[in-house]
Amino acid sequence: MTKSTKPLLSGHAREEIDHWVAKYPEDQKQSAVLGALREVQHENGGYLTTELMDAVADYLDMAPIAVYEVASFYSMFETKPVGRHSISVCTNISCMLRGSDDIVRHIEKKLDIRIGETTGDKRYYLKEEEECLAACCGAPMMMVDHIYYENLTPEKVDDILDGLE
Amino acid sequence: MSDDTLTIEVDGKSVEARKGQMLIEVTDAIGTYVPRFCYHNKLSVAANCRMCLVEVEKAPKPLPACATPVMDGMKVFTQSNYAREAQKSVMEFLLINHPLDCPICDQGGECELQDLAMGYGNDVSRYQEKKRVVKDKNIGPLVQTEMTRCIHCTRCVRFGEEIAGIQELGSCGRGENMEIGTYVEKSMSSEMSGNIIDLCPVGALTSKPFRFSARTWEMKQLPGIAAHDAVGSNLDFHVRRNEVKRVAPAENEDINEVWLSDRDRFSYEGLYSEERLTQPMLKTDGEWQEVDWETALYAARDRLKSAIDNKGAAQTGTLLSANSSTEEIYLLQKLLRESACQNIDHRLGQIDFSEQDRAPVFPGLGQSIADLENLDAALIIGGNLRKEQPILNHRLRKASLNGAAVMQLNSVAYEFNYALDKEIIVSSLDLARNLAGVLKVIGEAADFSTELKDFLANVELNEDHRHVAARLKEADSASILLGTLCESYEDYYTIYALAELLAEHTGACLSAAGSSANAAGAWLAGGVPHRGPGGAEIADSGKHAAEMINEGLACYLLYQTEPELDCRDSTAALKALNAAESVIVCSSFQSQSMLEYADVLLPIALFAENEGSYVNAEGKQQNFKPAVTPAGEARPGWKVLRVLANMLGLDGFQYENIDQLRAEALTTIGDIKKGKSMVPLLSAPLNQTNVGIQRISDTPMNSSDSLVRHAKSLQETTDVGDGAVHINSKLAEQLGLLESEKVRAEQNENSLTLPLVLDDKVADGCALIHARQTETAALGAWFSDIKLGKT
Repeated sequence: MTKSTKPLLSGHAREEIDHWVAKYPEDQKQSAVLGALREVQHENGGYLTTELMDAVADYLDMAPIAVYEVASFYSMFETKPVGRHSISVCTNISCMLRGSDDIVRHIEKKLDIRIGETTGDKRYYLKEEEECLAACCGAPMMMVDHIYYENLTPEKVDDILDGLE
Repeated sequence: MSDDTLTIEVDGKSVEARKGQMLIEVTDAIGTYVPRFCYHNKLSVAANCRMCLVEVEKAPKPLPACATPVMDGMKVFTQSNYAREAQKSVMEFLLINHPLDCPICDQGGECELQDLAMGYGNDVSRYQEKKRVVKDKNIGPLVQTEMTRCIHCTRCVRFGEEIAGIQELGSCGRGENMEIGTYVEKSMSSEMSGNIIDLCPVGALTSKPFRFSARTWEMKQLPGIAAHDAVGSNLDFHVRRNEVKRVAPAENEDINEVWLSDRDRFSYEGLYSEERLTQPMLKTDGEWQEVDWETALYAARDRLKSAIDNKGAAQTGTLLSANSSTEEIYLLQKLLRESACQNIDHRLGQIDFSEQDRAPVFPGLGQSIADLENLDAALIIGGNLRKEQPILNHRLRKASLNGAAVMQLNSVAYEFNYALDKEIIVSSLDLARNLAGVLKVIGEAADFSTELKDFLANVELNEDHRHVAARLKEADSASILLGTLCESYEDYYTIYALAELLAEHTGACLSAAGSSANAAGAWLAGGVPHRGPGGAEIADSGKHAAEMINEGLACYLLYQTEPELDCRDSTAALKALNAAESVIVCSSFQSQSMLEYADVLLPIALFAENEGSYVNAEGKQQNFKPAVTPAGEARPGWKVLRVLANMLGLDGFQYENIDQLRAEALTTIGDIKKGKSMVPLLSAPLNQTNVGIQRISDTPMNSSDSLVRHAKSLQETTDVGDGAVHINSKLAEQLGLLESEKVRAEQNENSLTLPLVLDDKVADGCALIHARQTETAALGAWFSDIKLGKT
């Protein structure tokens, strides 16, 4: 039996996916999978569920496992529930030399979580960021909800984090 | 040198190669071994294991032989120090995270990684850190996972995508966290899933039923032939101490290539079922006793003899399974016919015998199995090809991927592992009418006889008919495949005739593959009441299966079948058997109902224990020898029949060995040719459209015969019957059953309360109840009117 996907993908998500689908040849619908997952994740509070990935697979005529592969490969997709605000501290070479480890330790202590965890009130998620975020000139830096904050100090971090609802 | 070929040099030898070939294909062809894990000649090139690195002159680095196309004048060194160093380095990487659990690994001894580590690995690892550990996945009852051993060659993933046609396994995560799995816990649903066991170069995917039960070097490999579908896949038994421990495919490019369906691979477990009949048994005064062979055979002889002498030969009959060997069937019919009895039939699921005299000498494909993949169009009628004959479906899938239009005319919208070009899903009673519609379209531009025109006059046409007709007509090479359900339809021969007419007028060929391993052999050997071996006409033909059941006989000789499941009308079969004076059963299994209706049980060998031959759907005769001795006191069926015939005082049963018997059978049969095609004669009018609900059936893949029904692991898969009533939501709404979990099903005078399953794949007005299920056998015929109501 075919499950109805209507309640899972919002009208807006469908529009957004169609926008991506239109960019590729007709028989290459699956090329829109990254755009689709990003939109669906955004609408779902920052993470994907199996049901949502299945809905995307169905919408793009893909095997569900092919969507799981993509979602689990890219670090910008979360496949488990996470907090509202996603914090990624860059710990690559430039940031590391400029004290990113202290920043991470500070945040861990402040929020009482380890890297990769979400706070009990679901407010913050301290993401494990594998790659350089390409802002070496402002090292150490972090990205919070897609916004870059550079030249961090513990005080600056406190201000930024406390300012989030 | 033609335009297509070029010359390269491999290890100093000049070699011709075709343009576009990969290096590894060329080295394989000349027998130069290049180590590999991810490359497989039936799968796409992934080039991710890097084990096949070789040195190529002027290339700045070693190149993977599996993904390097040949170039004219290329100089390749597969054994140079440079190449060996590269291969050794790759091996070191591969071994970093591979556990050292070879002593407890089922793959040990036949492991590609183990073998190559001997040649390319170091004695001691330089790696001191912790090895990574990956959680095992449960992917169903057939394939065991041990994912820590996985080296990420992705053969299993590519198999799913490219061969099985359903992507179920994938590589999730990345880098060191990459894992092969299904992501969500689910059983693999592919009917070919077992092949990933063979493909896996390490012990990550192994056979679950076989697990920890033998070491590979303790087993002997002995050849055999698969015993379930009309393909006759070649296989190897892996035997230890006279026990089949597992089954693997044997390569035969013409038949099964390198694949094996799950049913063929795991059915061997049935050999060791607790319900095996291992001792001759005799019922005296209603009590069963184990007896010796002599007593049992004399008892069988006496019963047969007294039935024939007292009631006449016409009151004795044989129902047999067409999974029996040609030799057994030949001997069985000879025994009966020498006793002036013509009542023998293997067509237990059939009801329409009206035109049986016109049937071809044996049912089979219109082309070779390998040629199926060259078709441009195919129409599947009445059958779930993917589950019934997975290997044939695999060939059709290849055709479909090459652009062939595969269509189905069925009562259930069966799922295929490729896109169908068109499907017409109607009640089983309307199949003929729709086929007639397609024929009528062809008739618009063809010269049909007046008789045929009249027959088609009232048939309504629709766009689907036009579509199918156009596809069949425009194809250079097309086939109409009658599925195994066709023979159970009430208007089988009408459908057959229509299909044959359609084939004739579109240039397509007609295929009817038969439902058993040896359906072709059964026809050829004379396992039918109206023809002797080789299709020889018989003056006074005997009773066919349905007559034997419906009219009732005094004495039945059952051969390797459970009529209460295998006959189209299970209740009628049981009634007839219980009413008979004597029932002699040659079987490998016993069941409760068998103990009730039978008088003598003679245990016989089957599958790996048996010797004989099968004829497959393309008419290929394949011999097989026993790989193990029969269970307990069981004996090969042909020997039992030989003794029985001699005891009956019949002449001409002094065979010393199977070869003598086979030689006689084959000489009597003559050339294996399909012979005459049916003269299309449309005697019966088309069905009237049914107003009530029609019960329809199909046999789930793992319920098809007694061996597979006793194979434990296969019974845990989803390809077994569920004893439920499947209807679509439209019908459920009409009947007010949308919210119900159970339904009352009334079929003739029988009724049962069964679980209800909503399934929109079922045609309108139909209720699908699986055939050959103990839970639903009490309802009766597989196809019939049925009433459904609230409980």
